[in-house]
Amino acid sequence: MENTIQAVPQNWYLLLSTFMFCIGVMGVLLRRNAIIILMCIELMLNAVNLLLVSFSSYAGNAEGQVFVFFIMVVAAAEVAVGLALLVSIYRNIASTDIDILSKMKW
Amino acid sequence: MTQTIIQTSNLYLPTILIPLLPLLGFFINALFGKKLGHASGWIATAVLFGAFACSLFLFLNLPTGGSETITISNWFYFKNIFIPFAFLIDPLSITMLLVITGIGSLIHLYSIGYMHHDEGFSRFFSYLNLFIFFMLLLVMGNNYLIMFIGWEGVGLCSYLLIGFWFKNQAFNDAAKKAFIMNRIGDLGFIIGMFMMLFYFNSLNFDVVTIGALKLGMGNMTIIYITLFLFVGVMGKSAQLPLYTWLPDAMAGPTPVSALIHAATMVTAGIYMIARSNVLFSLAPHTLDVILIVGTATSLFAAVIGLKQNDIKKVLAYSTVSQLGLMFAALGMGAYESGMFHVVTHAFFKALLFLGAGSVIHAMGGEQDMRNMGGLGKFIKITFATFLIGTVAISGIPPFAGFFSKDEILATAFEHNKVIWGLLSFSSMLTAFYMFRLVYLTFSSSFRGTDEVKHHIHESPATMTMPLIILAACAIIAGFIGLPTIISHTHLFKNYLASVFAQSKLIMPAGHEMSHSMEWILVGTAVTLALVSIAFAYQKYVMQKHVPAADENVKGISKVVANKFYVDEIYNTVFVKPIMLLSDLFLVVVDKLIVDLLVHAIAFITNQIGRALRLLQTGHVGFYMFAMVISMIILLAVQIFVVI
Amino acid sequence: MLTLILLLIPLIASILVLFLKGESVKWFSFFATIVQLIFTFYVYSVFQNKEAAKSLLAINIEWISSPKINFNIALDGMSLLMVFLSNLLMPLIVLAGFNRTQERSHIFYSLVLLMHFALIGVFVSFDGFLYYIFWELALIPIYFISLNWGGVNRSTVTLKFFIYTLAGSLLMLFGFLFLYWNTNLHSLSWFDLTVNHICSCKQGFIFWMFFIAYAIKIPLIPFHTWQPDTYSTAPTQGTMLLSGIMLKMGLYSLLRWLLPIIPNGVAEYTPIAIALCVIGVVYASVIAIMQTDIKKLFAYSSIAHVGLIAAGIFALNMQGIQGGLVQMLAHGINVVGVFYCADIIINRTGNSNINSLGGIRLLAPRFATYFIIIVLGSVALPLTNSFIGEFMLLFGIFEYNSWAAIMAGLTIILGAVYMLRMYQKVMLGDLNENVTVFEDLKWNEELVLATIAILIFVFGIFPKPILELVEPIATEIFKISFVK
Repeated sequence: MENTIQAVPQNWYLLLSTFMFCIGVMGVLLRRNAIIILMCIELMLNAVNLLLVSFSSYAGNAEGQVFVFFIMVVAAAEVAVGLALLVSIYRNIASTDIDILSKMKW
Repeated sequence: MTQTIIQTSNLYLPTILIPLLPLLGFFINALFGKKLGHASGWIATAVLFGAFACSLFLFLNLPTGGSETITISNWFYFKNIFIPFAFLIDPLSITMLLVITGIGSLIHLYSIGYMHHDEGFSRFFSYLNLFIFFMLLLVMGNNYLIMFIGWEGVGLCSYLLIGFWFKNQAFNDAAKKAFIMNRIGDLGFIIGMFMMLFYFNSLNFDVVTIGALKLGMGNMTIIYITLFLFVGVMGKSAQLPLYTWLPDAMAGPTPVSALIHAATMVTAGIYMIARSNVLFSLAPHTLDVILIVGTATSLFAAVIGLKQNDIKKVLAYSTVSQLGLMFAALGMGAYESGMFHVVTHAFFKALLFLGAGSVIHAMGGEQDMRNMGGLGKFIKITFATFLIGTVAISGIPPFAGFFSKDEILATAFEHNKVIWGLLSFSSMLTAFYMFRLVYLTFSSSFRGTDEVKHHIHESPATMTMPLIILAACAIIAGFIGLPTIISHTHLFKNYLASVFAQSKLIMPAGHEMSHSMEWILVGTAVTLALVSIAFAYQKYVMQKHVPAADENVKGISKVVANKFYVDEIYNTVFVKPIMLLSDLFLVVVDKLIVDLLVHAIAFITNQIGRALRLLQTGHVGFYMFAMVISMIILLAVQIFVVI
Repeated sequence: MLTLILLLIPLIASILVLFLKGESVKWFSFFATIVQLIFTFYVYSVFQNKEAAKSLLAINIEWISSPKINFNIALDGMSLLMVFLSNLLMPLIVLAGFNRTQERSHIFYSLVLLMHFALIGVFVSFDGFLYYIFWELALIPIYFISLNWGGVNRSTVTLKFFIYTLAGSLLMLFGFLFLYWNTNLHSLSWFDLTVNHICSCKQGFIFWMFFIAYAIKIPLIPFHTWQPDTYSTAPTQGTMLLSGIMLKMGLYSLLRWLLPIIPNGVAEYTPIAIALCVIGVVYASVIAIMQTDIKKLFAYSSIAHVGLIAAGIFALNMQGIQGGLVQMLAHGINVVGVFYCADIIINRTGNSNINSLGGIRLLAPRFATYFIIIVLGSVALPLTNSFIGEFMLLFGIFEYNSWAAIMAGLTIILGAVYMLRMYQKVMLGDLNENVTVFEDLKWNEELVLATIAILIFVFGIFPKPILELVEPIATEIFKISFVK
């Protein structure tokens, strides 16, 4: 397993995850659909996960991989809650556009 | 570290009984007064006679020149300072004990008649007994703290008794004034005690005396201590500038004026100085201050006394004046003479006040002399005894006042001729206004309404008995202190000799005055008194002069009649500014500055919250944008700025 | 163990009282406080027997290992004095409410007892963290008491009081954290802190953290503005709790958590602290002279009295510390007395303005007698309880600086001025038209006032047991905090 991961140089992992993270950030900033924003957040999380796994493998330390599991669990919960909220919002105002969802102002 | 051992002696029981009996009387009257009715007066009087008997026992059983300390408990201690609850029995305290319990019991007896119709009868006697208790503590304590307990306690009783008729707010004002003026003095007393504690680690009279002797003559510490103690004395004994409460204190029932504001409480200051005579002898500057204050008070009060028309006010100013005379004596280091005058003054001034009470009783509460006159025919016993008192205070031999006054004047003559002149003048004024009082009240014809005239009657036996006894004392009391020109044994001086022995060693002894000189002085004093009596006779009996109504008084007389406007000046200089300051503090400092600052902090917090609230636009996109930007900034800071 | 029982009785009572209704609430609370009082006497008797005392009274178990926090409660003379004060006043405070009707009285008394629990906790805890918890816990019941049962304008006043004191406490918490990290033992135990002092360079900073917290609680000038309003708005039993006991928390803490822990800081800033206290004494006394609201008058007089106590404590000498402790007891008793008298007057006449009162003595002579005794007690007349304390405090200040003592001594005069003026206007004179009916005392009122009057004399005439009780701990604190 170590070999599988270490078959690819570490720099590539870094580049890939940076790339994925930036896509996530841009998506969060530019898109207005809440579902897509949620997916972009997942993307960022997974970028970090990827990084953690690769580093953990290269350093020969399992702690990073433990964290990844932890993040996955939390992310799953977060997605469940987030989606449930969105469904309920959609039922109420028939939209998931974040520009319309601005009732929580001062 | 001396924690006194509680010892017993044959004097133990009578000593503790002396203060305990009045205290017992107080509790009985305070708790069961309502049920006892008029019996409470008799109980109160009986306990005092008991205390008097105990005092007599002490007088007879204490070896000459001896002193005994009776320790009741080691009251409390802190650090290395032990304060015992102990009594000191020596000639000085026995003198005071005899005066207090003796005159006190006569005045109690008198009050039974005087207060008979008052609804607060038992309350009155409970207060009187409490007063006696505190007064006894004052003179019996073996340290300054016990003395201070009595000192403040008598102040409290004076407050309660001046404001005895509490429905009248003017009386309450007078009571409050007396208490507060006394407290100003008490602050001085307390500071004096602190200095003693600080330098001598004790408040016991003997330890303080030894400590002071070690410091030596003219030491600044002792001067400060004595000056602070004298501030306390000024309050309690109504000396300039704290005397104004005493004339107002006449608002109380007349027996109170006789007991508290003439015979006992106001002389506490003299007792205190006599008790700490070594300290004062070591501080010549303080003695000078006392001499000046005493002389000034004596003169000042005598002048005001000339123009008073309220029978009790005249006596009040006369008391202030006589107290001034006693302080002048103390200021010259003539402690025995001062104490001697305390004793004789207690007799004749109590007599005068009780006589005045009898007059007021006869007149149905009237106190203005302009509405009296010719009373001598109606109330003979009162008149006779009052006349004896007046003669005694005026210094006519062989009545009591003559001997004590003459002694002081003789000392003054040796000490300083100016002081002698001033004091003689003050005595002359005393003789004048006292006879003015007698003539206006008792001679010529009645000036009041017919209604009052029908009411006039001699007082009951409970009131006249004390008058007669006191009159007898006023006649003979002087013989305990015959001047050297007549007899070589001055009984009173010899009795007190042991108390003042140490001071006599410190103070430069005055040379013996020649007999001829002393005869001249006596002659002068008596002549002056007789002249002023004659002048009063001429003015008020021959010309039947009656003081004008208040609104017709003009010029200097008006200023004097209004007591030199001292009360008004105090009011403007002290009372009003403090009231103004109080409002100022509350409205400006408290509400405007301090509280505003507190509110300002709350307001600023509020406003910041109000401003930051606007960032909550509700646009999720904006939030996320802000978040990302902030993260980038933080990253940049982390990377580029080295902390 | 005994200390723990002392702590638990009010807590259990406060829970149990929630299940009761009607009159039984008051009786149960009264019963609980009396039990507590009797138990205190038992503890005192154990305490006198020094050998047995240590094992029976102290508890020290580890609560949290990191950060190191121990459940450390114990009793020494000072704690015992304060516990005694609280337990003495509590039955009186409960009894004071017997002839008053309150809505939801079971909650009210539960809060009062909870407050009692917290106050005892403050006085017996010897671990800084535990102490802080109790300190803050004491604020919660009194907040609800004044918020729900207070007078006009209560929400604003209570909020101000709450935030003000909380802000002070926050500073203290910060001070404790700072102490924790900057001492080498990393412990907040009182016994560790008094031995291992923090570097004197940092003590000045901590001094202000603690001083401001306590100055707000006591309160000292210029942190006092919450107090007059709160005292006059809170229900009387709340005011009694606040002025009688809670205010003593601040003074007690000066002695327990300030002087022995940062002696150098205290020594450095003593002049400022004493100046504040002494100015406060004169300032508050002067304000009290012209106050027309009876409760506010007493509030300002209380500021003056506690200012004197604080000044004596900061004088850093034996008589100041010992006098301060004695005076805390005396002031607690007297202030509860005066506020109860004020409450009786306001309750009967519906009027708190002294100018529109008068002549009450004619209608209620017994009340007048008790009132004058309490008034005389609070002006420190000899043979009343506050005399010895005031005497020692002033002597302590005198030893520090004679001018300061003369200034502070003005309280002797000014105290008499405002108290007698108040008494004259309210009780003496002819009847005011606003006062037509004034019932004399009810049984419970008489019981409370008589107890207070007796206590005033007992402690005034026999000060020795109290002085001896606090002497060892006062000596210890003096030794630790005395910096040459």
